[in-house]
Amino acid sequence: MFYGIELPSRLMLGTAQYPSPQVLRDAIAASGAAVITVSLRREGREGGAFREILTDSGCRLLPNTAGCHSAREAVTTADMAREVMGTSWIKLEVIGHADTLQPDPFALVEAARILCAEGFDVFPYTTEDLILGEKLVEAGCRVLMPWGAPIGSGQGLSNRAGLARMRAHFPDIPLVIDAGIGAPSQAAEAMEMGFDAVLLNTAVASARDPVAMARAFGQAVEAGRTAQAAGLMPRRDMARASTPVFGMAELLA
Amino acid sequence: MISVLGAGVAGLCAATALAERGLPVEIVEAVTPPVSRLAGGMLAPFCEGESAPEVIVTRGRSAIEWWRVRAQSFVQRGTLVVAAPRDAGELDRFARATRGHARIDPGDLEPELSGRFAVGLHFAEEAHLDPCEALAALRGGLASRGVAFRDRPSGRIVDCRGMAARDRLRDLRAVRGEMLELLAPDVTLTRTIRLLHPRFPCYIVPRGHGRFMVGATMVESARDGAVTARALMELLSAAWTVHPGFGEAEVLATGAGLRPAFPDNIPALRHEDGRIHLNGMYRHGFLMAPVLACDLANKLSEDMTHAH
Repeated sequence: MFYGIELPSRLMLGTAQYPSPQVLRDAIAASGAAVITVSLRREGREGGAFREILTDSGCRLLPNTAGCHSAREAVTTADMAREVMGTSWIKLEVIGHADTLQPDPFALVEAARILCAEGFDVFPYTTEDLILGEKLVEAGCRVLMPWGAPIGSGQGLSNRAGLARMRAHFPDIPLVIDAGIGAPSQAAEAMEMGFDAVLLNTAVASARDPVAMARAFGQAVEAGRTAQAAGLMPRRDMARASTPVFGMAELLA
Repeated sequence: MISVLGAGVAGLCAATALAERGLPVEIVEAVTPPVSRLAGGMLAPFCEGESAPEVIVTRGRSAIEWWRVRAQSFVQRGTLVVAAPRDAGELDRFARATRGHARIDPGDLEPELSGRFAVGLHFAEEAHLDPCEALAALRGGLASRGVAFRDRPSGRIVDCRGMAARDRLRDLRAVRGEMLELLAPDVTLTRTIRLLHPRFPCYIVPRGHGRFMVGATMVESARDGAVTARALMELLSAAWTVHPGFGEAEVLATGAGLRPAFPDNIPALRHEDGRIHLNGMYRHGFLMAPVLACDLANKLSEDMTHAH
């Protein structure tokens, strides 16, 4: 449950960098995504025509504070998002460095405190740091969004062990892998590890065929989730024959 | 009489194509100057194919010949696409997504880039022009054919008003673009340079006499008003990455305008409530306006023939 909402699909799609709104619309439909993110920092109130297209997709909208570099800027953007989009959901992104696009953990916690107190349902874009995660939960966040890898890098789950620890540490908090996913196999891997959802943008938007890639990601997320629920077999160090040795037919010469 | 509304690249191309077919045409101009004057003026169908659908590539090619004989500022030296060494993957991706290019050493084409970029893509067939000169040339050509510029229409309407037509085209939206013009006499780049970058792509179009156009941002917003500081910083740092000589350039002008776009970002001729629209030029104005103008002229010539 994400702030009391059950989502039919566990894929969340970003909406930037598509060749056209038409392609974006088709990609959303092909992916089966239930949630799409939308940025407001640069577009401002005058980005209404594009947001209308997103509203028409029928998906739940998750406005974000992408492009914000301070807590204050993020809070202002969130306030505008709630007013313009009519939702209390906000993906909180406070960028610490323009080049690495790494989250600023200190400003993130500060902004999360303010927004949770103002009644927002905050989805913070964070690292896999456990203490940072705890501070965010303490601030009132009921969902955490750890990065897979730096934004737009397509590196997948670059600290798999750290992410596994985070999953184990927060068994009851929905965790969404946000950013760094480049291939459907990586999205499936995140779901197999027990994460609750995956959020991505560039891997679909900059594919040669974004609509087909969106479909592939939808299938991968579904496959990973089903596999996790079905119970994955444990890894073994040695081979174990899958066919019984005894009782084999004795062939007559 | 055919009344073309709008004197941007769409309106002027439409009127030119109609007048050249001998059809009676007039232009009804808006008070505000057209946003086409802020365009890059690139005739780059192959590069656009990176994100645009095939129709832009195949049909856009014919615009190169159209402009060659109509704009004095027309230059055909191709487009050179480069990327910083750490973004080599972007260049490979661009190469896979496009055609009509050859892998070259950028320094062989533009000696000033020698050693700065190890590898580039050359789209030899592509060209560029100076939008202000080209628009003026079309106006001159129309005037010499006796086409009048009026303030209200007297005939059948062909609506080329760009964003102003949003009163009739509900799915038309604005995509904000920002550009600047630099004077950098020390820089002698002779062809359009595109810098690929995961976040701050830019293109630099030479305009002659040391002038260069640097563009352009793409923001899903109808916000008008002057260029933002952020856009300036991004564009300038991208230009500086291509050639350090731009560090000493004079900023001659900055501009911000709203591109009219349909949901598929493909320019189109439409028939809606009793008039023909030529709109949705997006970032393909100089490339696609001549193409659609010729379609329009074909259609209206046919109509006239049937009428007689």
